[in-house]
Amino acid sequence: MDFQPTEDQKALRDGIRSFCEGQVPSERYAELERTKGFDRGLWGELAEMGVFALRLPESEGGVGLGFADSVLVFEELGRRLVPGPLVWSQLAAGLVDGAADGSRVVGGLDLIGPNREPVLVEHLESIDALLVLRGDGVYRVDSRELKGEPMTVPLDPLTPVHHVKDLPEGEKIADAATAKRLRLEGAALASALQLGLAEGALDLANEYAKGRQQFGRTIGSFQAVKHMLAEMFVRQEAARAGAYNAGATLDAPEVADVERAVAAAKLTAGEAAIRNGRACIQVHGGMGFTWEVLAHYYFKRAWVLENLFGTQDEHAEKISELLDRQVNA
Amino acid sequence: MDLRYTPEEQKFRSELASWLASEVPAYGPPPSVHDWPARRAYDTGWQKKLFDAGYAGINWPKEFGGRDATLIEQLIYFEEIAKANAPYVGANFVGLLHGGPTIMAEGTPEQKKKHIRNIISGAEVWCQGFSEPVAGSDLAGLQTKAVRDGDHYVVTGHKIWTTFAQIADYCELLVRTDPTAPKHKGISWLIMPMNLPGIDIRPLPTLEGESEFSEVFLENVRIPVENLVGKENDGWRVTNVTLRFERGTAFASEMINLQAFVRGLVKVAQKVTSDGATAWEDKALRRELGHLSGELESLWAMVKLSVCEAKESGVPGLGASAVKLYYSELYQKITELGLRLLGRAGLSRTDVAGLPAAHLLNRHLNSLSISIAAGTSQIQKNIIGERILGQAKDPAPAKA
Repeated sequence: MDFQPTEDQKALRDGIRSFCEGQVPSERYAELERTKGFDRGLWGELAEMGVFALRLPESEGGVGLGFADSVLVFEELGRRLVPGPLVWSQLAAGLVDGAADGSRVVGGLDLIGPNREPVLVEHLESIDALLVLRGDGVYRVDSRELKGEPMTVPLDPLTPVHHVKDLPEGEKIADAATAKRLRLEGAALASALQLGLAEGALDLANEYAKGRQQFGRTIGSFQAVKHMLAEMFVRQEAARAGAYNAGATLDAPEVADVERAVAAAKLTAGEAAIRNGRACIQVHGGMGFTWEVLAHYYFKRAWVLENLFGTQDEHAEKISELLDRQVNA
Repeated sequence: MDLRYTPEEQKFRSELASWLASEVPAYGPPPSVHDWPARRAYDTGWQKKLFDAGYAGINWPKEFGGRDATLIEQLIYFEEIAKANAPYVGANFVGLLHGGPTIMAEGTPEQKKKHIRNIISGAEVWCQGFSEPVAGSDLAGLQTKAVRDGDHYVVTGHKIWTTFAQIADYCELLVRTDPTAPKHKGISWLIMPMNLPGIDIRPLPTLEGESEFSEVFLENVRIPVENLVGKENDGWRVTNVTLRFERGTAFASEMINLQAFVRGLVKVAQKVTSDGATAWEDKALRRELGHLSGELESLWAMVKLSVCEAKESGVPGLGASAVKLYYSELYQKITELGLRLLGRAGLSRTDVAGLPAAHLLNRHLNSLSISIAAGTSQIQKNIIGERILGQAKDPAPAKA
């Protein structure tokens, strides 16, 4: 057993990190806001980096890597707030033509979990197809059949949403077991994005606290602020362990209970993303409440991801069911 | 990032598990917490069994009687010890986790010969003489003074929170040997035999109603100079070697025990009723327990990650502070849930109405010490804020 990222995995992570820093610098968020959180050029570059084809076998034109690798990649995407239906497009690789190479942008809807209504579709105007997870299987809806009312002010400026009142059934492309599996895998990838958000929020707050002076000293030297930052770090490290554990367990399901590992990751990382987002705003004081400081982007994206593939409460209930089974076995 | 165990690791696990399965039930339950001689006999007797079977001090080098186990084998060890509900390290704690490792790293050949084997086999019990009434979180401010007189140090001072002082043979003692030097530079690390004249041990009952701690008053205690470990006035550096060990893996078995504690809470929740419904039928409670159990899963993953990262450096890193903070908070939240389930049954510290009040209350009361011992949560947050995140110190340290 070696839970650390291997040298190859570190190289993969560093490659994605420097790509994101170069292609999605902070100055670019305003531009992405104008293009409704989407840029086909950027999407193509992400595809070239292998983000969507990462887990597809090499024999099918993919990169042939696993979930642990994907978790490291998605952590970096989260850290730089990269927008778009990233998780859905990776899940769709191999299921929907063009998803893996980025030529078709695939979004999705999870109608298995209890958190289904209202039906709000993310990035509807940018996607070519919609994957729909239902209790009886996976369905593909062509974007041309998809009609929805745009919500004029989305919570996350980079995640536009449409309210879809008449969702077409679409074409069934996989069975119920696949739908269930995709939901679990999606939750693991979402937890990696949440981990990245928790890290990005801490980085931003930590740098600000080193530079901002009040009472003749940096605010990070005050224990009231320093301890908030330390608490953010603890949440970040718990989220990291949780998300890595989910990825590594999906890669080796024989060693532990995958459902428990993924549920734990999603709730730990979800809490870290939301609370670090909030703390990042607080550390910035008045500036944290402005639009120009990035803190609110982290906070808002955290809530988008909280509502993807199961909330903290849903995963907590899942774990309590597993406990119940263990105790009564 | 590979969670699969090698065939060797699996073999280590299954051999240990089958040894524990036969030895633990045969060893019997622990004695009363108030019966100190029996506690010593129980804890050291188990240590001797571990030693004879080759499972004592498994992380210690072979030359000192250990097993030279890899960090992964240590994780497996903690998992299996917890699963088997084997006796806790107890009275052997200070020797195994502090005294022994310090002497291994810094001791003279004579000191190693005299103590190491005795510590690992349960023949010697150690206690810790670090904290003082005036030196808690600011440990380096300690004032117990040692004055050289020929072949002896003459030691006078007042130590506190000394666990197992009543039954210890030796004390790892921090003393001030140079009162004029800056506070970190005038400290020395001594081995103090607990049977010397001038040592007065006064038990200090804890809020648990036990007297695990003592105050130790020292008056002109004559300690041979040969008992100095490391160089004179270099004790602060010597100490930090052991403190890092404590923050690394000291709590590993208890962390895994918490999983079993949570399953116990589920059983209690399925039993206690309020207005005709069991607590387990309450969705909010199920969510809360599920959430905490999920966080425990992440906690153990954190331990695995930090242990694997320590493989390169050999000692636990600064990340251990994050593990301890997360663990302390989780331990307190989980055991608090026990009190909420007990309701008025929790007014009694002996079992009442078929509910395990004693166990649940004891665990919660005990949990209150975890955020204080081995560096308070506030000190851990300073360590993270300053040494990991790079924030400036507050307040500015006194001129050194």
